[in-house]
Amino acid sequence: MSDHSSNHHILSVLVQNRPGVLARVSSLFARRGYNIFSLAVAPAEDEGFSRITIVVDVESSPLEQVTKQLFKLIEVVKISELDPRQSVERELLLATVRATPEQRGQVVELANIFEGKILAVGVEAITVSLDGHPDKLDDFEELLSGYGIVELQRSGRVALPKLDRAARLRAVKNPRNDNGKVG
Amino acid sequence: MKMTGAQALIKALEMEQVETIFGLPGGCILPAYDPLLDSSIRHILVRHEQGAGHMAEGYAHVTGRPGVAMVTSGPAATNMVTPLMDAYMDSIPMVCITGQVGTSAIGTDAFQECDTVGITRSATKHNELVMTAQDLPMVVRQAFHIATTGRPGPTLIDVPKDVLVNTMDWYWPTDEEVADSLPGYRPNTKGHSRMIKEAARLILASERPIIYAGGGILKARAAEALRELAELVDIHVVTTLMARGAFPDSHPLCLGMPGMHGNATAVTAMQKSDLLINLGARFDDRITGKISAFAPEAKIIHVDIDPAEQGKVRRPDVPIVGDAKYVIEEIIKAIKDLRAGGLEQADTAMWKSRISGWREQFPVSYEPSEPGEALKPQYCLEQLRDSAPEGTILVSGVGQHQMWSSQYWRFDEPYTWVNSGGLGTMGFSIPAAIGAKVGRPDRTVWAIDGDGCFQMTAQELVTASVERIPVKVAILNNSYLGMVRQWQEMFYDERYSEVYLSPEVPNFVQWAEAMGCVGIRVDSPEEVQPAIDKANSIDDRPVVVDFRVDAREKVFPMVPAGQSNDDLLLPSWQQQHRSALR
Repeated sequence: MSDHSSNHHILSVLVQNRPGVLARVSSLFARRGYNIFSLAVAPAEDEGFSRITIVVDVESSPLEQVTKQLFKLIEVVKISELDPRQSVERELLLATVRATPEQRGQVVELANIFEGKILAVGVEAITVSLDGHPDKLDDFEELLSGYGIVELQRSGRVALPKLDRAARLRAVKNPRNDNGKVG
Repeated sequence: MKMTGAQALIKALEMEQVETIFGLPGGCILPAYDPLLDSSIRHILVRHEQGAGHMAEGYAHVTGRPGVAMVTSGPAATNMVTPLMDAYMDSIPMVCITGQVGTSAIGTDAFQECDTVGITRSATKHNELVMTAQDLPMVVRQAFHIATTGRPGPTLIDVPKDVLVNTMDWYWPTDEEVADSLPGYRPNTKGHSRMIKEAARLILASERPIIYAGGGILKARAAEALRELAELVDIHVVTTLMARGAFPDSHPLCLGMPGMHGNATAVTAMQKSDLLINLGARFDDRITGKISAFAPEAKIIHVDIDPAEQGKVRRPDVPIVGDAKYVIEEIIKAIKDLRAGGLEQADTAMWKSRISGWREQFPVSYEPSEPGEALKPQYCLEQLRDSAPEGTILVSGVGQHQMWSSQYWRFDEPYTWVNSGGLGTMGFSIPAAIGAKVGRPDRTVWAIDGDGCFQMTAQELVTASVERIPVKVAILNNSYLGMVRQWQEMFYDERYSEVYLSPEVPNFVQWAEAMGCVGIRVDSPEEVQPAIDKANSIDDRPVVVDFRVDAREKVFPMVPAGQSNDDLLLPSWQQQHRSALR
């Protein structure tokens, strides 16, 4: 999950929280041949709405099509494209790592350096968690892999625009009202 | 007022001013068929659910009102998938109601259960599974609102049996409540005023302009506005397969159909233009040919109510999201303003003379048959056209006969041409013609069909006979899947694979008569006119005329799939002049 540098776009999609809405969004991606890099969904601040954070792997022109097609879904209320440089991103990683009693201290130390948590300790393995920027999780994962990863689960990223400048939220203008030049 | 979900459903349809439902009952939808007995709504009982869907489409196309189909769950719902997709591709407003197993049985693989909303998700503009009877009026209102506004399309309401049986308190949501319930649905109808002015400027500055009119003109009821615009600036109009009739073929500015089987003038005029004024069309691959070679020098004005069409295929210079009628009227005003301000239109005289040269040299044409030779399908169409009562609605299936219909008919009025453009659904014509005749009983409705298409949905002629819907069907019968045969002849070294249909079986005349229609067979040119006269004189039952036509006849011109429109294939007798297409 480390290759997200070049064509990675984060879409924050506000949807009506109704049965099947996630299926509509994901099947639209499948049908139009777009790739989802990661996806996270949970209820949003307003009751009745959910926010879906989708990391899309595309060139910029198809991204315009992605957002326009998403807008055609009746339950999609708002789409914001978040610039990775101007948004805060977080992800959660859980990993069970092979660790003999002799190695255990090293893994714990590694977790401490990254400000992770020890969730469970067994005789031959240890389960750790880390939340943070996806890049940091990538580094942690790489270092853990030296010990032998038994199981690993990452949550997919969630993101919000940085607060300091209003301009940093580049809301994808609702194309229904977007008659300005495309591109 | 307390009532059952079934009663609420039918009442809601009445409130939506539904006059006709095309459908077929079954287990799960049964409760809804009981209150239908007491309703003012006419129900037309089809013989196959696909027929109900295409009838609803034909009805919607000619009336402009949403077509309604109602069927049961499971196989009935899956049979409805093709018409839904067809309506979605061609932006036809349609509301489909399907039965569903009871809410407690959903997900248990119950008898006649299928995941209807899942299956139809990508074939509808929107769909909804209703979980309580109380929700029905709102869901019905939403379905009609979504189907008929913005870019029209099909919607589906999936209603479990217990939702139909349970009781609810009747209410009828206001427009405001409907809008509030759909916070993400706000179609924009007004174009951007700056872009409209920019479009007007480009139009006046263009030396080689073409109006590229699509089906959106008809959806927006914009035919009059289109005509006013074309005449105001004296610009030629091409009408796509979906827009035939949106601009009269008899008008001197009409160039007819462009695209894969468009006429050479329409194709070339688009290719060579310096400005394409796209009004409600979508740069379909059948129009553009190889996209990188399409109209290379043209700037693009693209008017479309669907923002996702802007830049999907060809990047517009001036994108305008809005209702075609409104936007065209605004462009007309902007042009008048610019002219009043002293701006003069560029000289288009050279361009016009090139166009008229092409028209003279490259009319759509065929070689008439010599005496004793097989009947030509184009000849049959010309005779049908010339004998058709005014206002006749033409409905076609998909294939060679569809292309010849578009090429050889003369469409002078909007909403007189119904066909399956985007999805290309064989078997479309008979049920769609029935729906069209129900919608416009005052009009003569001719279905032009192929023998392949006819065999896919002919059973609906039973519906037409029993319900007394006197449509007329002309089968251009070449005993082949003709379009596939044409491709095999041209691109597969005449290796004919699985395209030959039996010339003996079925006996179309007997089949027609078995279905309660009048059946007529025509083998020679002399028999054509008498058969058409007889068919036109019958008004109490459907008529089927089986024209036995030359199987070797091909549709020309043709742009082979994936090739540039510059490489249009002309009929042999025009090839020698092709250098004139410059």
